[in-house]
Amino acid sequence: MNLQYRNKKISGILAVVPQNEVRFDDEVENYNFSVKQSMKLKKIMGYDRHRIVTEGTCVSDLAICGLKYLLDEGLIYKDEIDALVLMTQTPDYFMPPTSNVIQGKLDLKQDMVCLDVKQGCAGYLVGLMQSFSLLEQDAINKVALVNGDVLSRKTSPQDRNTFPLIGDGAAVTIVEKNPGNSEIFANIKMDGSHRNALIIPAGGLKMPSNQDTAVMKMDEEGNSRCLDHWFMDGMAVFNFVVNEVPPMINNLMEFSGVGLEDVDYFMFHQPNKFMLQRLADKMDVSYDKMPYNIVENFGNSSGATIPTNIAFNLGDKLLNHSYLTCLAGFGVGLTASSMLMRIGPLDFCRMIEY
Amino acid sequence: MVEKLLEILYEIRPEVDFLNSSNFIENRLLDSLDIVVLVSDIEEAFAISIHVNDIVPENFYNLETITKLIARRGGQI
Repeated sequence: MNLQYRNKKISGILAVVPQNEVRFDDEVENYNFSVKQSMKLKKIMGYDRHRIVTEGTCVSDLAICGLKYLLDEGLIYKDEIDALVLMTQTPDYFMPPTSNVIQGKLDLKQDMVCLDVKQGCAGYLVGLMQSFSLLEQDAINKVALVNGDVLSRKTSPQDRNTFPLIGDGAAVTIVEKNPGNSEIFANIKMDGSHRNALIIPAGGLKMPSNQDTAVMKMDEEGNSRCLDHWFMDGMAVFNFVVNEVPPMINNLMEFSGVGLEDVDYFMFHQPNKFMLQRLADKMDVSYDKMPYNIVENFGNSSGATIPTNIAFNLGDKLLNHSYLTCLAGFGVGLTASSMLMRIGPLDFCRMIEY
Repeated sequence: MVEKLLEILYEIRPEVDFLNSSNFIENRLLDSLDIVVLVSDIEEAFAISIHVNDIVPENFYNLETITKLIARRGGQI
């Protein structure tokens, strides 16, 4: 599905990562595989360091940390936040919405919209789409889009498929109306037939968590996890991404009338180095236009990886420059989405620690 | 080629009987990360480049499909 938005812009990006840094080298003994093979994977997949929250930290804590920083620094003001959109798979509660928790704790105005949307690796794109739609209203001039997840709390430390790549984190993106004549092009595809390729089986109402779901079991490949943990069918996800993303980007270019060579940066979701390099190869895009260093520095924080990628790799450059940027997110659902927009100059683009 | 390939496979999964297994993927003898390592090792050992379109389960079912893939990408016997 092709989508088009006019006169909207991103005015600032702040990424929040937990202070606690864990090194892959210190974890290899947790996995039921030879150290030699794990170290090979480290090199190929880009596993190195990842940021993991300490016990009890919730997505609201990371979001509040980021929003409070922006308020304290005078980069945003409480009265101008007309909507708070939270994209997460790891909410604080079933109810109330975590966006209301954040609003209440920060004492934001009541004359606003708070919205939780459950999305994962495509959450930045879906969150931007949601924000752009809200901004169509006369009463809404500025949206605080928060992407955040603390998925390490639902990941088995003995699962080599998931734990080495996971990272916790959040990002606040300020999205607002743009009086200029800007066009944003996007597309999105949903494939619920592969919903089990990325799943936490227990914990919802379909399979409530209990003693049985907490029992750790080793699978045929030697990974241990329980039904309360996140499961990934790596091959299904890889094939979905390499089959769907390149044609999706080509369609986006055709839809927008822009050539692939005219794009300054391809700021994609960060699943791992191997997948991103292969994607770049298939799309014939140079690696310096498509950074793949977020997993090795911070881990994969689902919907927060794209703004983290932008803040880490473009940072200050975006304070004075603007770049034609292609964004792409892909993962749970399964979902794939891409967007072409000019980003910058921004009011702020930086990272902080929680 | 097969000996070199077996050497690589046994380094990844020493416990698996690759010679007598008909489908490494469906029998869950190799997972996606094993395939990642396998692709990287094959590229290095046979001095070839495996295109992303070739990283699909059916190319890694068994010794025959993998050797065909290597040959198709120009790997020397």
